[in-house]
Amino acid sequence: MQGRGGVRVVASDRTAAIVGIHEYPDRRVDGTSAMQIKARSAARALEDAGLGWRDVDALYDAGETAPGMAGAVMAEYFNLHPRVVDGTGVGGSSYEFHAAHALAAIREKKARVALLTYGSTAKSDAGRAGTAAPRGDRPTPAANMETPWGLTLIGSYALVAARHMHQYGTTAEELAEIAVTTRYHAMRNPEAVRALEALHFRDIREITAADVVASRMIADPLRLLDCCMVSDGGGAVVIADAEVARDARRRPVWLLGSGEAVGYPENGRDITVTAGAQSGPIAFAQAGLRPEDMDIAMIYDSFTITVMAILEDLGFCAKGEGGAYVAGGRLRFDRPGGPALNTDGGGLSSNHPGMRGLFLLIEAVRQLRGDSTSQVPDARYAVAHGNGGQLGTRHAASTIILGRD
Amino acid sequence: MTPDIEAVRPLPRFPEPDTEPFYARCREHRLSYQTCRKCGAIVFYPRSHCTRCTSTELMWHDSEGRGTIYSVTIMRQHGHPAFRARLPMAVALVDVDEGFRLLAEIVTDDPFSVHIGQPVTVAWITEGEVTLPGFTPVAES
Repeated sequence: MQGRGGVRVVASDRTAAIVGIHEYPDRRVDGTSAMQIKARSAARALEDAGLGWRDVDALYDAGETAPGMAGAVMAEYFNLHPRVVDGTGVGGSSYEFHAAHALAAIREKKARVALLTYGSTAKSDAGRAGTAAPRGDRPTPAANMETPWGLTLIGSYALVAARHMHQYGTTAEELAEIAVTTRYHAMRNPEAVRALEALHFRDIREITAADVVASRMIADPLRLLDCCMVSDGGGAVVIADAEVARDARRRPVWLLGSGEAVGYPENGRDITVTAGAQSGPIAFAQAGLRPEDMDIAMIYDSFTITVMAILEDLGFCAKGEGGAYVAGGRLRFDRPGGPALNTDGGGLSSNHPGMRGLFLLIEAVRQLRGDSTSQVPDARYAVAHGNGGQLGTRHAASTIILGRD
Repeated sequence: MTPDIEAVRPLPRFPEPDTEPFYARCREHRLSYQTCRKCGAIVFYPRSHCTRCTSTELMWHDSEGRGTIYSVTIMRQHGHPAFRARLPMAVALVDVDEGFRLLAEIVTDDPFSVHIGQPVTVAWITEGEVTLPGFTPVAES
């Protein structure tokens, strides 16, 4: 089997595949709980796979609805008795970590069918996720050093953007290109358009870099349209072993490689380099593929700078050259010269209830099944890269390489 | 009159044994950092173990309090009333000359002039019982 770059993918890579997906369609719920979103999404994803609750023997949960008891509480709610329970909670990247761990558990034959779920009512709960002061629930050393300065979530990413501009000459217009591309894709996705309406976005249409640069400054140099939305939402993903995958209702989407990493404040650290610089090469090496083999790049777009720094760190272009790389609409689904970026509309323009990582896997699967609303013809390989936490301080990253037969 | 609790910025909370000595020194207007007695590594933020070797013997030092802005953002919007009252507010990563980096507010009447590479010096901020190490720009040579 030949990838675009002529790299051989061996059959033994077909260990585990995503066989079921569901993205909860509503971005503004009224009275529905996050646990209900998780359960309903799980039911739909299992149906999509042609499976039932009884088939699930591995449960992955980031703990967003049951902090400290991730997995156990949701196993009870779902009425499951899994043999593998994984409560890895590293913010928005949790679901790429879960996929990596499910692949390992299935390879070890500890499990055959893994369930990943996510549910959030972030929009209904509060409106200020990006500019709230850090809560500092527990006095930790890092919290004690940082919370008195009130650095917002957006401010943390802005520190990276400011440094990227300083170090490499990146411009606001170049960062804006990422928001322009994701909106271009969102406008082709009816669920994304409905999200923009439900969240009362003004002037719902394709945007230009000039629109982004004209939007109001939130934390220099990041402007409103450099920032993701805050929505409600959730979803589920079912991962199965090769034997189950062969009998699945839909074409399996294989997990070909995974990598994990964390990044945090260190004296002298270059904050323009994300944890993806570690997780990416590990994942690509395991898959036996290269960035240029990727038809689809599902990159965690909390902010435009997140995508630019990660594209560089994954090796789509050299460090510091992200501005020139994204220019001219290169990452649109209908343009050659690069992978299609966040073809569902991304967190910037479709769905970001706080921890977006699950949707990266879901849209990658849609593309490799041929179901996207911005479909790349014959898409064969995709990378899903989750980034959780705060890029300017501490964050976690996981890279997953996916492919179809 | 009862003070408006909402208008007080979030402050470090104790007991928290790693940062308590740091803030005790801040009250004496000493900006402090640690080095390892065994390998000499700079350890910051404060801890009770060396982050390079396996030593658990660290010693405290006082910094001269001078540094350079590594990166900066100017917050224009904030969900917390104490910070909303201070907007626009410059928050920076400061590389202190002795070799450690910390996050801090840049205290200035002109936040929009604050920039990467700018020299700064410590500017103590008193909030009730707590003294915080802010920084302020100094003339560029």
